Parts: sequence; structure tokens; C-alpha cells
Amino acid sequence: MGFLTLAGLTRLYGDVAAVSDVSLSVAKGEFISLLGPSGCGKTTTLQMIAGLVEPTSGRITLDGRDITHEKPDRRGLGIVFQSYALFPHMTVAQNVAFGLEMRKVARPEREARVKQALALVQLAALADRYPRQLSGGQRQRVAVARALVIDPPVLLLDEPLSNLDAKLREEMQFELRGIQQRVGTTTIMVTHDQSEALSMSDRVVVMEQGRIMQVDAPYRLYENPATPFISSFVGKMNRLSGVWRAAGVEIGGRVLPCEGAGLADGAAAVLAIRPEKIGLKAHGAGVLDGRVKGRFFLGSVWYFTVETSAGLVGVSLPNAGEEPAREGDQVGLDWSSSSARASKPDGAQSS
Amino acid sequence: MSSARAGTTPWLLAAPGALLFAALVIVPLALTLILSFHVYDAASGVKDETTLAHYAAILSDSYFLNIFWRTLRLAAMTTVICALIGAPEAYILSRMREPWRSVFLLAIIGPLLVSVVVRAFGWSMLLGPTGLVNEAFRALGLGTVKILYTETAIVVALVHVMLPFMVIPVWTSLQKLDPMVEAAAWTLGASRFTALRRVVLPQVTMGLLSGSLVVFGLSASAFAIPALLGGRRLKMAATLVYDEYMHELNWPLGAAIAILVLVINLIIMLAYQRVVEARFKRTLG
Ligand SMILES: Nc1ncnc2c1ncn2[C@@H]1O[C@H](COP(=O)(O)OP(=O)(O)O)[C@@H](O)[C@H]1O
Ligand SMILES: [Mg+2]
Repeated sequence: MGFLTLAGLTRLYGDVAAVSDVSLSVAKGEFISLLGPSGCGKTTTLQMIAGLVEPTSGRITLDGRDITHEKPDRRGLGIVFQSYALFPHMTVAQNVAFGLEMRKVARPEREARVKQALALVQLAALADRYPRQLSGGQRQRVAVARALVIDPPVLLLDEPLSNLDAKLREEMQFELRGIQQRVGTTTIMVTHDQSEALSMSDRVVVMEQGRIMQVDAPYRLYENPATPFISSFVGKMNRLSGVWRAAGVEIGGRVLPCEGAGLADGAAAVLAIRPEKIGLKAHGAGVLDGRVKGRFFLGSVWYFTVETSAGLVGVSLPNAGEEPAREGDQVGLDWSSSSARASKPDGAQSS
Repeated sequence: MSSARAGTTPWLLAAPGALLFAALVIVPLALTLILSFHVYDAASGVKDETTLAHYAAILSDSYFLNIFWRTLRLAAMTTVICALIGAPEAYILSRMREPWRSVFLLAIIGPLLVSVVVRAFGWSMLLGPTGLVNEAFRALGLGTVKILYTETAIVVALVHVMLPFMVIPVWTSLQKLDPMVEAAAWTLGASRFTALRRVVLPQVTMGLLSGSLVVFGLSASAFAIPALLGGRRLKMAATLVYDEYMHELNWPLGAAIAILVLVINLIIMLAYQRVVEARFKRTLG
């Protein structure tokens, strides 16, 4: 039995299910991400846990206690809203103190805890500012401090980084994860950004159209995506269609090496391989030949699109300090059979 | 050439408005001010000599002072009642779903399309000795109550007329408020009531205060409602001025009353605004 459990949680708006049959068990101290495209029901799920949206059916328990119908002010969860929802007429310190005031914490202790929470998010110097005098990143940290100061059993974050610019977002990812690890609060974060979900979480919950599609550790999710949708939503994936032969997928007369369980010889199959699993070799030295069509330098990696007889293939190589190839070059693509996987083509789930 | 044009263009653009304002507000006001210093003689009318006698007469006569006091008292009462009804009304309105929100908003603003005189007559029919309200009182065995031609009737009708001027600014400031801010207060342990008092109310204070200013100003200078629902004896400032002009024919005295009411109103409203601004500049910028 998990610390926080969701059982068959469903929310209908009219006839449309914003969230349907979501079941999840979260362990104490765990950092879970709800990942999915916009409109897939992440916020609705989070708000049901927070008590701001009433579930149509299903149950929520926290530490063995049924909180499905408890009022939000009785749950005591810490929530960071996407808009931060700071109180504009209160200073940073007053914002953070609000939850303690509601709990009737005596003033000396309140002040000490506010100070401590602001130090945690490195905002001690700005305690007397008003929210409108702060930058986006500072507001976000005030929101985190305000949620954490009440020592919540669970911290809920709704796209906490989506309003920040790219550089700051990256910094805050590490900072937020660091704070969570220091404090040890069980955390559920909503995001539509796969890199955010992968880099911060213990486990990632992928949602699509109100349903949970897969729950896994970031690494396993990336390596073993359960559906084609997940494989292209989380990271990039090359998909090459052909026919299954004993040791690989045959496309245009060549058998490309890959693993494929339970496929019948001669059956239609799709080979899936991540761009970074492919190496670049001389023409004829790899398993598939092609011509470099596009080349993108991303700093730490190169990304190539290579035109082959099997279709356009994306290849990503770490930047080792030299140019691996140029546009128009004839190259060979190489990979080991264990890094590619074949499966039945699935029209309904193609992405 | 172009710089000369740039210099005169703003003046040309502002001219029509300025002329209209001067012709319809400044000139009549100046004429009223001048008139209020002229000597009046019951036999021969307005004379050319000037005097401060009218002001002295008004400020030393308890009849006038009582009417001023009643005017301010009823306007203040109307303002407070409008705030007490209007703020919750605006809050409920802002939390309503479409299409109900539009329907109720129309119901609140709709009465503005009906003449104040018509609405005042409506109230006099409702509140009269044989009106619907007294019929209801009799049916409940409470007997007939005199409402029409009392201050109660004036305040009731004023509140009805002024309510939209309170609801709209409060509603506007509620629209600017992120609804999640209230939810954030709940999740931090605030009850619904505490969240309203500590988080929502402080942020609609600006709307509440500007609504109060409008309602107070309009109530203090209201004419049709006190004239129709206050009767001959229960006067307010505007009906008093009308009387001096139309019945006593003492135009200079009427003008002096009008100027005094204007000055009192201005002082109250400016002081109020000064206090409000000082208080909110800091937090709400
Ligand atoms: N109050 C509401 N009324 C009607 N539909 C809603 C409401 N809130 C959310 N929805 C719908 O539920 C679905 C899920 O919304 P949401 O949980 O906000 O998605 P996400 O946070 O993943 O982007 C969306 O299709 C949205 O239109
Ligand atoms: Mg959302």
C-alpha cells in the first residue's frame, strides 16, 4: 500500500472524461511526474488530489486515510500552481507565513520557519518585496517556499517551470529536485516537457487522453516505451517499416538487425531505433547506406538526417570536437541488433 | 511645417471636447457662482449689488443645515448598503457559469435603461399605503406601515438605482483576479470565509472604493427620487435647490445652496480619494 494512492479516479465534464480510471500508488518521499500532451488530464488529476476538483468516481487515500471528499483546507497538501497564484497584496514573507497563520502557529515560531523556508529557496533577501516586484523565477521559488513551509505530506506542482525561459528552466529543474531531496517531501509534478520529467523524477507517469499509458522509471520508460505514442513523445524515435525475417527487418532487400519477439517470418514489422543508438561509418561499412540530407549542431550533440533506401533516418552523435560529416556526404549507418526493436505495425497507435 | 502641425494638432483635436465642456459645465458653473453673490429682493428680483448674505443665511439656518445633514447621511447610508449588497453580488456573479452570468449581469445593468423617474414611480406604487408591500404586511397581520415619504423609501429606491454603479467596478476588479489565488488560500488551510476576507476582499477594495465614490456622489445629488419618494416635506439638497429656484424664485439663494453642496461633495470625495490612494499605492501599484 502506497503513501498516496489513487484508485480508479475518474472525472467527467458532461460526457467527456477529462480523467478516466487513473490508478497510481506513490511511495513516501518519491518524486513522480505526470507527463502528457496538453489537455490529457494532468491538471485535473492534480486538482482532484488537491481537493479543488471533485472526482466523479474513484478513491484517494493518503497515509491510509480516505481523503476523496475532504475539503482542500483540511488536506494540508502543498500546491504550486502554474500561475503561482501568489497573494499580490502581501509581501513575500507574508505570503509564506499565510499557511502557518492558518495553522495558528505562534509568531516567533512562524517567523523562524518563514525565514528557514526563504533560505531554502534562496530568497531571504527579498522577504519584504511584493510579488509584482519579483522576476518569474523568484515568484516560482516563493510559491515553492509557501507550499513547503507548512510541512505538507505531499507537494503538488502544476507545470512549475513552464513560465520560465529556457536557461532558467534548466537551472530550476536541478534546484527544485535538490530542494525536494533535501526536504524529502513526496512530490507529484505535472509537466508536458519530457526532458523535465525524465531529469527530475523517480518515476514518470505518461498520460494520454485522460488515461495512464505507462508508469516507469525515466530510464526504463525511455528504453522500453510501451506504445509508439510514448516512444515519440519521450525522446525521438526512428520507425522503419518492412517485413520480419529471422534476425531483423527486411527493407528494400536488406535485412536490418534488430530484436523482435513473437513475430512470424514474413509478417509486416516496424523497426524502432533511437537516433543516438546509431553510429556513423564510411559508406558500405554499416548496416544501411545513405546520404546526409540535413545537419544540425546542438552544442553537445550533432543531429543528422540521413536519406536511405528505408526512409529518412535521424542520427544523433555526441560532439567529440570534430565534424563527423557534411551535407551530401555518403555515409554508412551502423547499429547493434540489441539497440533496435521490431514490432507489429499498429495503425491505431501510430504517431 | 510638420513641427508646427505637430504643435497645433493636439490642441485642434482637444478643442471640440474642451469647448463642449466649457459651454456646458464651466460657464453655467461660473454664472451660478456669480449669481450666488447677488442681492435678492422679493419685490424687484435679482439686483446688481453683491453680498455674502445668502451664504450667511444658509450656514446659520438649521432648516438648511438639517437638509444638508440628511443629504450626506442618506447618501452615506445608500453607499454602505450598496457595498454590502453589491460586493457579494459581484462575487457570486464572477463565480457563475455562462450563460447564467450574462443573464444576471443583464438583469443588474438592465434597470439603467429605464428612466429614474419611471423607477421612482414604480417604488411609490409599491411602497404606498395601498401598495404591494403594505398589502403583504396586512396579509401577515402587521398592519399598515408608513414607508412612502420617509427616509426609508428614499434609501430603498436610491439603493436600487445605484447598485449597478457598485456591482460593475467590483466585478471588474474580480475579473482581474486569478481564481487560483483563492484556491491557493484554501489549500494553505484557509476556510472559504477566511479566504474571502484575507485574499479576495483586499484585492477588490479598489473597485469597492471607486464604486463607493460614484454611488455617494450620485446619491448626494439625486433629484428625482427624493422629489417623488420624499414628498413635499422631506427634502434633500437637489430638491431644496429646485424649490428655491422654482417656488421661492430666490435664484441667488438657490445658487448659493448649489455651490455649497458642490463644495461639500468635492471636499468629501477628494479627501476620501486621497486616503484611499495613499493606502493602496504601496501595495497594488
Ligand atoms: N472546468 C472544466 N470544464 C470543462 N472541461 C474541462 C474543465 N477543466 C478541464 N476540462 C477539460 O478536461 C481536459 C483535461 O484538462 P486538463 O486536466 O487541464 O489538461 P492538462 O492539464 O493535461 O493540459 C481538457 O480536454 C479540458 O478541456
Ligand atoms: Mg494543465
